[in-house]
Amino acid sequence: MTAMLHVKDLRAYYGQVQALHGLEFELQEGSLTTLLGANGAGKTTTLRSICNMIRSTGSIEFEGKKLDNKSTESIVRLGIAHVPQGRGTFTTMTVEENLQLGAISRKDTKAIGDDIERMYAHFPVLKQRHTQQAGTLSGGEQQMLAVARALMLRPRLMLLDEPSFGLAPLIVRDLFKILGKINREDKVSILVVEQNAQLALELADKAYVIETGRIVMSGTADEIANNEDVRKSYLGY
Amino acid sequence: MSTVQDVSAAPAVAAVPKKAMALGPLASLIILALLIVTPLFVKNFIIFQMTMWLIYAIAVLALNILTGASGQFSLGQSAFYALGAYTSAILMEHVGVNYALTLPVAGLVCFIAGFLFGLPALRLSGIYLALATFALAVAMPQLLKLGVFEHWTGGVQGLVVTKPDAPEILASLGLKVSQDMWLYFFTLAVTILIYILSVNLLKSRSGRAMMAIRDNEIAASAMGVDVSLYKTLAFGVSAGITGVAGGLGAIAVQFVAPDGYTIQLAIALFLGMVVGGVGWLPGSLAGAAFIVFVPNIAEHVSKGLSGAVFGVILIIIIFLLPNGARQLAYLAQGLIGKLRKH
Amino acid sequence: MELFTNQVLAGIATGAIYACMALAVVMIYQAIDHLNFAQGEMAMFSTFVAWQMMQWGIPYWGAFALTLIFSFVGGIVIERALFKPLAKAPVLTHVAGFIALFAIINSVAGLTWDFTIKQFPSPFGSSPFLGSQLISTHQAGMIGVTIILLVLLFIFFRYTRVGLAMRAAASMPESARLVGINTSWMIALGWGMAAAIGSIAGMLIAPVVFLEPNMMGGVLIYGFAAAVVGGLTSPLGAVIGGFLVGVFENLVGTYIPGVGNELKLPIALALIITVLVVKPNGLFGRAIVKRV
Repeated sequence: MTAMLHVKDLRAYYGQVQALHGLEFELQEGSLTTLLGANGAGKTTTLRSICNMIRSTGSIEFEGKKLDNKSTESIVRLGIAHVPQGRGTFTTMTVEENLQLGAISRKDTKAIGDDIERMYAHFPVLKQRHTQQAGTLSGGEQQMLAVARALMLRPRLMLLDEPSFGLAPLIVRDLFKILGKINREDKVSILVVEQNAQLALELADKAYVIETGRIVMSGTADEIANNEDVRKSYLGY
Repeated sequence: MSTVQDVSAAPAVAAVPKKAMALGPLASLIILALLIVTPLFVKNFIIFQMTMWLIYAIAVLALNILTGASGQFSLGQSAFYALGAYTSAILMEHVGVNYALTLPVAGLVCFIAGFLFGLPALRLSGIYLALATFALAVAMPQLLKLGVFEHWTGGVQGLVVTKPDAPEILASLGLKVSQDMWLYFFTLAVTILIYILSVNLLKSRSGRAMMAIRDNEIAASAMGVDVSLYKTLAFGVSAGITGVAGGLGAIAVQFVAPDGYTIQLAIALFLGMVVGGVGWLPGSLAGAAFIVFVPNIAEHVSKGLSGAVFGVILIIIIFLLPNGARQLAYLAQGLIGKLRKH
Repeated sequence: MELFTNQVLAGIATGAIYACMALAVVMIYQAIDHLNFAQGEMAMFSTFVAWQMMQWGIPYWGAFALTLIFSFVGGIVIERALFKPLAKAPVLTHVAGFIALFAIINSVAGLTWDFTIKQFPSPFGSSPFLGSQLISTHQAGMIGVTIILLVLLFIFFRYTRVGLAMRAAASMPESARLVGINTSWMIALGWGMAAAIGSIAGMLIAPVVFLEPNMMGGVLIYGFAAAVVGGLTSPLGAVIGGFLVGVFENLVGTYIPGVGNELKLPIALALIITVLVVKPNGLFGRAIVKRV
């Protein structure tokens, strides 16, 4: 397997404040990789740097292409779908329009209708609500919509920022099941950032731990889950 | 790499730290000294222009309190300016009140008018509030022309206001002070008074409440700030100060007429605020200078294209200083700080 | 009763002017989230360009089409040159930019074509429409064009991918970038379209109010008012708002004693504020439902 995403010496800044201090990691094609870490460790910043939504230095390579000087929208067009924190729902538009927007940069317009139907199969609740204003959906429904919208791009890589945030545990289970299915069946590589370490480690095959802007640990999900320190700090047992 | 603004809805006005709303003591003293000394060496006409400059500075400052501190936006300040001007003029010419005493009355009348206007405006925000205040500005000259009030307002003709003399006590002390000079210093005194009061208002509990509303209305109300009260209060205070400026303006120009207070005046005051730096009180002085002097400069450069020249100057200013004169002051401050270190 | 119907008809005729301008206002608002105070002046300038082309002997529809293209490109150029660099500046700075643009266009037009009023032809003629003395064929044509424009805009925003992308870019710029929309060009496109629609409004209005640099001042205010009454997010609302404002203005002038031409505008604006106080999103604007 070759690495799909290479991140080297990534440093990011919020104004004068440095949030990432030379982060390095990679993601294999087809894998589901997770970045773990406490609040403020730099997880979200890492995802935002990949999509060039924040000032950063270092090198980020996706399928052999450098992303450093590309605009957010052209990075997305390479096949990287980003589900941001807060879900980025187009609140004033309908559920269906949200899905169409997910596919807005695609050239193969004919297949979009079928893909929308596929999303409704993954997430039946979205079909029930397809004419409803997206802002009126519940938190869990909005998160499903956000994932579905990202998939409408037919991405090669999907970046997920705290998908479990603010959701009831049962809904989180469902959502993660679907993510696993998408990863296996649709061959979408996934990089997921999570505070809910236990759940993320069950799902992922590879994991990194971030502390104050640096990678402090890496390994397969099992290795990380069995690590003493991780267990104490992140899993709580 | 590029930066991207946060998704959350940014407030219309960039937050200004409380301290940064005023100038340091040294800078204040230098400016004050210049304001006192300059008129002693220039011609009467220039003194008159400087008087108008201070008057507009008061009006811009009033708008700054409304927009900069409470985050509301008004294109209708000319209406309150007109109300203040007419209040002073009518009191002086019909009732015979001393000019200085008309100013507090003008301020009070406008405070009440602004407070009342602020009540329905509470339900409006952003563009809608701009349109509502704009309507007020458009309506005001027409209302002043109404036949019903003609006995008091003089209708379309307006009213002539007597220019006050310097107090006799100055003459008895052997000082020869011209009317223009006296009016200038009188205006300067009023300006300083209003400036100090405004700075203190913004530092007070009420000022903090207003700024909390500007930054996040929901959070402010959750903290127990009476949002409606402070928003209307901000309108009232702003209108009251504008009214005092209007009264002074009437005295300085010696004339009030409906067409002197059109929407163009409101737009000019708005531009003054932007050029000076929204929410930065000393910027009012810079903004007012822009209103008073730039149209003259534009006229001077090209008669036929004065509008275009004005527009181009305005664009250059907002390109170089999108945050107005405040930005310049910060730059200077940074520079001085660096020089001191060396 | 006949007086009433007549006044309503006349109101609809003037309302068409406001409706047309309001459409341009809504268009730019959709794209950039601001009201462009220079919109009227841009429309006026476009109309002068059309007039100039006709003076050079180009037939009406040729000049019309060329003016549309000129305005579309001009709108994009203005955005790229003036407002793109200001993208990160505070909102109030933008408003100052609009005012500067207003002053520049007005002054340049005045110098180029002077301030004397000029006749501008109507493609529909000015004979009575269907025998009615109150509504001319030009006014009827104007209502027709407004409705066609409205339908086209509706289709554009609702059913085309570019329209959807423009709406997305305007309402949630960051999310729009994350689905691959080039938001910066969407804004430029919005400016171009607004300028083109404005130029149509200008060319339709000019035969009624006569062509001169200050011709759009009053019209733009009513256009804003109409757009705001209708709800700034709704092209249909803007058109209905335009007709409502036109009819209301006429009825007030007819039935309320002592209301001359001078007081018409303040009263129309007072009505608008009343509407807004009761319905802050306008009559047809979509209330944004949000979970907090």
